[in-house]
Amino acid sequence: MRHTITILVENEFGVLTRVAGLFSARGYNIESLNVAPTLDETVSRMSLVTRGDEHVIEQIKKQLNKLIPVIKVEDISHLVHIEREMLLIKVKSNSKNRAKLVKFAEDKRAKIVDNVEISYLSLEMSGTAEELDDCIKELESYGIIEITRTGSVGMRRGIKGFTVD
Amino acid sequence: MKMTGAEILVECLRRENVDTIFGYPGGSVLHIYDAIFNQSDIKHYLVRHEQAALHSANGYSRVSGKCGVALVTSGPGATNAVTGLADSLADSIPTVCISGQVPSSLIGNDAFQEADVVGITRSATKHNFLVKRVEDIALIVRQAFHIATTGRPGPVLIDIPKDISGETCEFVWPEKVDMRSYHPVTHGHPGQIKKAVRSMLTAKRPVLYTGGGVLNSIGSAALLHELSHTLDAPVTNTLMGLGGIPHDDKHFLGMLGMHGTYEANMAVSHCDLLIAVGARFDDRVTGRLDAFAPDAKVIHIDVDPSSISKNIHAHLPIVGDVAEVLTQLLEEIARRDGKPDEEALLLWWEQINEWRSKDSLAFDQPEDGPIKPQTVVRMVHEKTKGGAIVATDVGQHQMWAAQHYGFNRPHRWLTSGGLGTMGYGLPAGIGAQVAMPDEKVVIFTGDSSIQMCSQEFSTAFQYNLPVVVVILNNGYMGMVRQWQEMFYESRYSQSYFDSLPDFVKMAEAYGGTGIRVDKLEELSPALDKALGLNDQFVIVDVAVSKEENVFPMVPAGAALDEMVLS
Repeated sequence: MRHTITILVENEFGVLTRVAGLFSARGYNIESLNVAPTLDETVSRMSLVTRGDEHVIEQIKKQLNKLIPVIKVEDISHLVHIEREMLLIKVKSNSKNRAKLVKFAEDKRAKIVDNVEISYLSLEMSGTAEELDDCIKELESYGIIEITRTGSVGMRRGIKGFTVD
Repeated sequence: MKMTGAEILVECLRRENVDTIFGYPGGSVLHIYDAIFNQSDIKHYLVRHEQAALHSANGYSRVSGKCGVALVTSGPGATNAVTGLADSLADSIPTVCISGQVPSSLIGNDAFQEADVVGITRSATKHNFLVKRVEDIALIVRQAFHIATTGRPGPVLIDIPKDISGETCEFVWPEKVDMRSYHPVTHGHPGQIKKAVRSMLTAKRPVLYTGGGVLNSIGSAALLHELSHTLDAPVTNTLMGLGGIPHDDKHFLGMLGMHGTYEANMAVSHCDLLIAVGARFDDRVTGRLDAFAPDAKVIHIDVDPSSISKNIHAHLPIVGDVAEVLTQLLEEIARRDGKPDEEALLLWWEQINEWRSKDSLAFDQPEDGPIKPQTVVRMVHEKTKGGAIVATDVGQHQMWAAQHYGFNRPHRWLTSGGLGTMGYGLPAGIGAQVAMPDEKVVIFTGDSSIQMCSQEFSTAFQYNLPVVVVILNNGYMGMVRQWQEMFYESRYSQSYFDSLPDFVKMAEAYGGTGIRVDKLEELSPALDKALGLNDQFVIVDVAVSKEENVFPMVPAGAALDEMVLS
């Protein structure tokens, strides 16, 4: 099963390698991994998507907690939570299908971020990983030039935050 | 007062109560060696290879209960240390390794003797540090010792670029170490303790399965003794746990697992309650997982949460320090004036004694035949009354030592349990002798293993360390040969030496004494002589029967009760 794990780590040299190294050393897979600063400059937040049965996920959580610079680990998959990913996608375009493409962007609430020439169009969209997968599929017929995705980030719903204290 | 980074480092080590370092100098650690030269509180032992520095620190730590410390230079110095670090990680032995690094300005330039040591040792240490500012040294040293010695202990490496050890700054000693991301749990959850005691008092066929955690948590051995007697429960040790209970304690079943005793493996296979104490269900212990302790409820006490339910599901996990949790358990039993189920235990012991009567470690020593390796180990046991510090390398001799030596107290057994490092024994024994100069150190080894760190005889000679090295010499890599005999139709591929050195001459060349033993009647006088030498090391090279196998044996992947007895 797919799990999204959020991790608070000390913002110090080498932490990302420790987390990534743990996954390769123990044979766990990483579907996506996102790292970014938080309001507290000494802390970074990671969002990691992995797959495994309950036993494997339990081990992953324990092994992450065992890493010295890891402050907190939470598997948000079992909680009511929000998960989003951002996609930048560049597709081929021409005068005939341009209007259809712009309509698609409007329907999907995608932002047109680069349309200098008629020959292509770049869109920015966010959603769950699944929603983005679907959009990519729908755009395939236009001819996709390139995509880049951020990987999922997530937080639990409700007033409670996931912070150091 | 302004001090150099090197001086700060040495001062911090002193304040961490370090009085012994094992190391080897080189370009990147010259500032540090200069600081060591200018003081007398810390004694430095010069090894002959950096791997040995780590093994000696490991041996020193195991017998003294203190953190072992090693000092190595950059590049090859540090890469040589990797095996020793990985060894301490696998066996959870607290060690701090300081490595020199090329100057900060050269890092990443493929400089002379540069290696990405923090990268290379990441998975061979519990944690590692690269020092980037001289002002950080003191705090990092404090954190390193804190991490190495608390929770599940392990090796920590501090990589110090040469410019950092040469720069100066004001020395500030951090009185406290508080890391928000590192707080090992030591106290067992009270609710779990109550539940565990309930299970213990109602168990009909309990077994205590105890490992290295009992030795890592100082004071646990006495508590384990008390618990096993209170519950009248049998105790089996892992390889790492030997010495956790005296060998002649009536509750002791011997070691379990691949080369465990019949009674230990049968008891585990038939118990209804398995109480794991500081043990981690290693594959060499469990055999086939789905057949391991199939009828048992499992209580697992461990300081490392990731060890719990990793291989075997624990019905009742207790995260905590072994000594603390055992104390809590004993208090709870006393509080409810608990008594175990005596009637059931009577039957259980009857069954265990029947298994015991198989005498699975028995062997036949013909009067005029070749010397059996087991005979050598037993004779050393008798002559040292089970109280020597015993180190081993890895292979058949290691298993015979584990099976036959018989320890009468904890913290006297040094063996590479997890990583299985050939070459561990001699340097570990040297480290132990440094820690305990007045005790007898016996190193059982094989003709193959001893050749992996034999340069350390030079260290033993330099410091007059009277370690007794007993080579069980069968001319083979014995354990490899045994597996080839059993599983590869005796095709002895690359496991035979027809070019062994003369170990007597080797001893003499390094300044020690060498004794060769070929006949049974020579063995006892040779051991007497060796154990009586107190001013130099000695090699006793014993020709043992060439194709003796270690039994009992649970073939890899088989169930514990499918063991081969002979």
